[in-house]
Amino acid sequence: MKERYDVLIIGSGPGGAIAARTAANAGLSVCIVEKRPAVGTPVRCAEGIGMDALAEFIEPDPAWISAEMAGAEIIAPDGTSMRLSSQMAGSKVGYILERKLFDRELVKQAVAAGADVFMKTRAAAPILEDGYVCGAKLEHNGTVADVRAAVTIAADGVESKFSRWCGIDTTVPLREIMSSAQYLMTNINIEPNITVFYLGNTVAPEGYLWVFPKGDRMANVGIGISGRKSGDGHRAIDYLDTFVKAHFPEGKIIESIVAGVSVCRPLESTVADGLIIVGDAARVVDPLTGGGIYNAMFTGKLAAETAVKCLKSGDVSKKALMEYDQAWRASKMGKTIERNYKVKEYLIRQPDEKLNSLIRSVKEIDLAEMSTFNLIRELVRRNPRILLDFGAIKEFLA
Amino acid sequence: MLKVHRNICGYCGCCVSVCPEGALELMDAYLEVSSACTGCGICTRACPLGALEVQDEGKV
Ligand SMILES: Cc1cc2nc3c(=O)[nH]c(=O)nc-3n(C[C@H](O)[C@H](O)[C@H](O)COP(=O)(O)OP(=O)(O)OC[C@H]3O[C@@H](n4cnc5c(N)ncnc54)[C@H](O)[C@@H]3O)c2cc1C
Ligand code: SF4
Ligand code: SF4
Repeated sequence: MKERYDVLIIGSGPGGAIAARTAANAGLSVCIVEKRPAVGTPVRCAEGIGMDALAEFIEPDPAWISAEMAGAEIIAPDGTSMRLSSQMAGSKVGYILERKLFDRELVKQAVAAGADVFMKTRAAAPILEDGYVCGAKLEHNGTVADVRAAVTIAADGVESKFSRWCGIDTTVPLREIMSSAQYLMTNINIEPNITVFYLGNTVAPEGYLWVFPKGDRMANVGIGISGRKSGDGHRAIDYLDTFVKAHFPEGKIIESIVAGVSVCRPLESTVADGLIIVGDAARVVDPLTGGGIYNAMFTGKLAAETAVKCLKSGDVSKKALMEYDQAWRASKMGKTIERNYKVKEYLIRQPDEKLNSLIRSVKEIDLAEMSTFNLIRELVRRNPRILLDFGAIKEFLA
Repeated sequence: MLKVHRNICGYCGCCVSVCPEGALELMDAYLEVSSACTGCGICTRACPLGALEVQDEGKV
């Protein structure tokens, strides 16, 4: 490990790895530090990503793709099902990844581009000078070392502490944390290329339950519920166990994980002097779907590009780095977060009967392009009254 | 005072994100509680497994 890098990246998830690959490809000296002993494990993810979204960052490779998806099914509280498929029959719309291998591949690519990486190395505190973040104190096997950097990128995920140590409040409101649990199950009967979502207050209050196929008779079966709905006897794990007992009594659990995913608005500012925050640490998860792999990669790339520019001009002040903050907010991703936040706030306030009737109104749609945007537009088209409740999101749907 | 039931905890960091005091930190496979903890109990709600418990000083 050198004493000084152009860019120091905290966290080796998709956000950190893409930031590292981008910065290293631009010729900067880059170091990733990761507190865990291995990249990508334990998995904290249902592993779904859209085909086009993935292609923006990496060529798909069967080595880290578990299954290809052709459509989705949404199950209402009363059991009514709505099928979503792409207009082009048989075409795939997304993938279920093998995140352990996917995350590893991204880090491998960052290293191939020239980045250093250190595992089991925890950023324990920022180095702060004149209000600037100038790197971090790193703990590794009982030793502590200062590593300085012109720009530090916090890609430290949902459990992020780094930005907080730099004075930024990153607290997720209890009601906006999806308290989550997931089993990787085998020996279950599932449709191998359809993702299934279950909604409803008895199944998953203010959240949803998912079945994401991982190959033959195997799936990620998981759930996220609002933190405010969680408590003794009715936690994520309790809802999941109830569901699994009823739906997959023959199934066997071969991996069991818990996790948290934020569905709040992003941080008010995702930059500070010498610091850029990306991915889950910046709270840029899609608040409606809980999807954050793409958003982490997107912000990671943008952060690195901004770092490259600011290093060239010799100005890494908050003001200069603000270009990053403005760029992601103005992007399609930023606008989708804002829109989906409002849709989520609408949906969580609906009683089960309303969810039933919404889903019944659609039942089957063939979307030219499978996306939550198209789905919402279709729901609104068939239920024009929703617009009265939605108010502010009208302009997005125009 | 906050008790972490380490035999239950799945070291996921969900609780860390909701603590208003920044009193929790996930050190890879275990959780640390700092003296900043006020015992407010918010994190005990968020935990998917129920691994956290606010206990009276006397009981600990
Ligand atoms: C249950 C669940 C299901 C999900 N399903 C999906 C899905 O189907 N599709 C989707 O797109 N998204 C999904 N997500 C969200 C997705 O997993 C995340 O958005 C994504 O992993 C974020 O990437 P990241 O790089 O920002 O952070 P992470 O992948 O969390 O990486 C952060 C890394 O930083 C490390 N770190 C933290 N602190 C330090 C420190 N101080 N020093 C060194 N290293 C540190 C961590 O160990 C970790 O490896 C899901 C999330 C959950 C919880
Ligand atoms: S009890 Fe409150 S202050 Fe203490 S760790 Fe939990 S959330 Fe933080
Ligand atoms: S939320 Fe629960 S399982 Fe996750 S780290 Fe905190 S105490 Fe452990």
